[in-house]
This record gives sequence, structure tokens and C-alpha cells, in this order.
Amino acid sequence: MKLDDLIHHTSEWLKGTGPYSDIVISSRIRLARNLANIPFPHRLNRKQAQEVLELVKLAIQKVDYLKNCLFIELHQLDSLDKQFLIERHLMSYEHARSDNYKGLVLDTTEVISIMVNEEDHLRLQVMQSGFNLFEAWNIINRIDDLLSEHLDFAFYPEWGYLTSCPTNTGTGLRGSVMLHLPALVMSRQINRILAAIAKLSFTTRGLYGEGTEASGNFFQVSNQVSLGHNEEEVISNINALIKQVIEQEEQTRQNLLTNQRAMLEDKIWRSFGILKNAFIISSQETIDLLSMVRLGVDLKIIKGIDRSVINELFLITQPAHLQKIENKRLSTQERDLKRAEIIRNRLQDVK
Amino acid sequence: MLCDLCNKNQATVHLTEIIDNQVTELHLCEECARKKSIEMEQQFGLADLLAGLAEFGKGLEEKETVKLKCPNCQLSYEDFKKIGRLGCSECYNTFKRYLVSLLKRIHGSTRHLGKAPVKLTARKFSKKSELEELRHKLQKAIEAEEFEEAARIRDQIRELEKKQNKE
Repeated sequence: MKLDDLIHHTSEWLKGTGPYSDIVISSRIRLARNLANIPFPHRLNRKQAQEVLELVKLAIQKVDYLKNCLFIELHQLDSLDKQFLIERHLMSYEHARSDNYKGLVLDTTEVISIMVNEEDHLRLQVMQSGFNLFEAWNIINRIDDLLSEHLDFAFYPEWGYLTSCPTNTGTGLRGSVMLHLPALVMSRQINRILAAIAKLSFTTRGLYGEGTEASGNFFQVSNQVSLGHNEEEVISNINALIKQVIEQEEQTRQNLLTNQRAMLEDKIWRSFGILKNAFIISSQETIDLLSMVRLGVDLKIIKGIDRSVINELFLITQPAHLQKIENKRLSTQERDLKRAEIIRNRLQDVK
Repeated sequence: MLCDLCNKNQATVHLTEIIDNQVTELHLCEECARKKSIEMEQQFGLADLLAGLAEFGKGLEEKETVKLKCPNCQLSYEDFKKIGRLGCSECYNTFKRYLVSLLKRIHGSTRHLGKAPVKLTARKFSKKSELEELRHKLQKAIEAEEFEEAARIRDQIRELEKKQNKE
């Protein structure tokens, strides 16, 4: 597999399937792991950093389950490739900041990604479409076990997995669920819900994780605590919380349908109208309008278009994706034109 | 419009700062904006929050912490307080006393209950359950208000933990 092949794939997590996929876009689990006695990435000298890369590469080659994975060294990528991978949620901004002795392991379906020498020596990630944390956990738990046969992970029986930042010590696990909550935003209940989530020591972030603001109607909810509960408990806790948020969103959607149907349909069809007819459109406006169209599809107000098409539009209208499709660098103005063109073409036959 | 900070270059970045409900608008050139953003990042980040928490974990001699340095990666406790990141797995051992209270503050617990690496599970399983057993007894003793017994069990637990961590 080559990196450029990804552009023609639909990422597993964007399929728009899985439980509650009308509200939950994707579920993700990540595990932070380090090699015993070797300094953490921010304290590595060149020789040690290279050694970590080699050790991880070797271990991955030995694990049959990961044999179809691509091992990329970040210095092989240009800035566009890196942006492209960030947009696909396969690596973090943090990882892309410098490319010295950094690695990225990807599988062909984009379910698994492993960042090497990010904040920790290894950051394993598994993504699933819809509300599916346990499935993601099953996969990542297996990969972690297999890798731990070939790598000496830093671990203390008392404190669990030792990580660069003490906020990850213990299980090193963060479970995140990407939610689409347009009804709660529209009815101005979202702040109340976000405040409640924060009180229960969960965090809410934007589309691209740490350090990004919640944008439009998308919210990524994840656990903060990694010590004092086992992995299944942590995931069950997130699940219990997310289920309540889903219920609230569902109820509010039904309320809007019953009490304010005209307003709702107006918003949805106006958004659809702009997307279908615009010649210049920014990335942010696209996200906001697609969010409304997605709601229209989920509520069966807009028919004849599959959720996966909307999901794909979210992805391919982002800056690096547009430039990958065109196979050349585009200025902001050129991107706004190209973006509008792609959306118009995709929505042409939908009535 | 000229940059508010250097008064030389054209301002292209427009910043709104809200501090205590006071709204200030800043118009900056790209260069000053970059400096400002680095400054803002340095002003307050996760590292500061952690450092603040680490301060709380005192109750120990100042001099002692200044001297403390990880033998494996040379990170000092002072460095850790500044950057909020540990240097290597050995740091957890070196700074153990101070990390206990920090971990407690962050997670509300200092006990890992999750999985262990496959290689270790086979070897350490029996010891772990011994610990579990003692902790259970300790809980019971406390509930029954048998504090002398509880203290005895606590010491046993510490002894066992020390042994395990050395391994």
C-alpha cells in the first residue's frame, strides 16, 4: 500500500455504519506505551530516537496481525502528506510538528495507526465507525498484547504503564467518541451538557483532538482519568455517559420535528441549497452546512443520499485532501473554488 | 494600519483579549503575532497546571527536591516541575514520593487496576493477588476500627510493594 492510495479509499470510520451512527460519527481508543529505561521522546538523543524507531519497526514485523501495515518514517513525507494524515485522524498535529526520528504505522483499512516517538514512544490508536468503543478496545488490546511480547514496556505493578505525562499513567488509555449534536446546539442546551460532562471528569474537544476547539456541531468526548479503574470500567463509564448524551440529542431532534418542523426543514434545505449551488465556499462554512444536511439525511427529510457520501464530503473538502485530489498546491482562493465544485458535482442528482 | 507592538509593519493579525471582562483589541504584524503566540503558549499550558499540582505535593525539604535527579536520564525534579513531563520510566522510581500525591490529585487514585504486559502477567500474578488480599484485609480492619491491626497490615503492604518495585 502506498500513502496516495488512501485518497481513493473510504476510511473505515467514515462508513456511517455501526450502532447509533446517526449521532456518533466514530469511536476511538488510544493506548500510550513506552519502552523501559529508554528516555521518553522529548529527552531522546538522535541515536536513542533511531533505536526506538528500529525496535518498534522490528517488533511490528514480528507480529503477524500487523503484517499488512505500512511503516512510514515522517521525514519521508512532505507537509501536504502530513496535513492529509491529520485530516484523516491518522496522526496528531503534535506528531507532525517536527519529523526527526518519528514513525507512523498504518493498516490498509485505516482502523489501526501507531505513532512512534510522539509524546510517548508508542501511541496506538484504533478507530471504529459509530458507537463502538468495545470493538475498538478488543482490537487494540490484542495489538498491545502482541507487541508486548516483543517490546519491553515500561510498567510498574502499582502504577501501571508509565507515560511521559503523568495524566496518562496507569492504563494509558483514552477512549474518545465523536458526536454530532446539532439539535442540542440549536436548542441551546449544549453548554449545560458540556458543563455536566466536565464535572464528571470527562473532556470535550473539537474535531481534531487535543488543543482544537469544538467547531460547529461536532464534539469529541473522552475520559481524563487513567488510574484507579481497569480498561473495561473506563470504557463502560464513557459508554454510560455517551448513551445519555445520545438520548438527549434524540429527544431534542424529535421535539424539533414535532414543534418546529418548518424552522428545521428551512435550515436544512437552505444549507442544502447553498452547498448545491455555491461557487466559492470556505472549509468552515462547508462543515457547518454539511452538518445541517447530515441532520436532514438522518431525519429522512433529505432522501436519496447516503450518510457515507456526506461523511466523505466532510473529509475530501478539507485543504490537504483537495490538494491531493488535484495533485498540486492550491491557494486558499483556489481551494474555495475547487471545494464548491466537488460538492456541487456530488450533490447534483439529489433532489 | 500599523502593528500595535512594533509600529513598523502592516498589521494583518487581529487579536481580541478578554481579561476580567476587559476587552482589548490588538492589531499585530505577522512577526509580532508569532512572538505573541509563543509567549501566550508559554504563559499557561498543561505544564504549568501540573507544576502547580506538583508544588502541592510538598511536605518535604526544599533542598531535597532541588538535589533530586534521575540517575537514568538526568532529569531533575525542578525540570519536571517546569515541563510537566517525566524523562523516562526510571523517573517514576526516583520521584516516587512526590509523584504519589500528584497522581492522586490528577486521577483520584494511585492504584493501577488495568492490564499488564503479557510477559509480566505470568510472573507477577501470584504476588499481585497477595497484595490484593492484604488490601482487602486492611479495608476490613479499618471498617472494624481495628487501627492497630490496620497499621500492621499497612506496613506489610508497603514491604511487599517495595519488594515488587525493586524487581
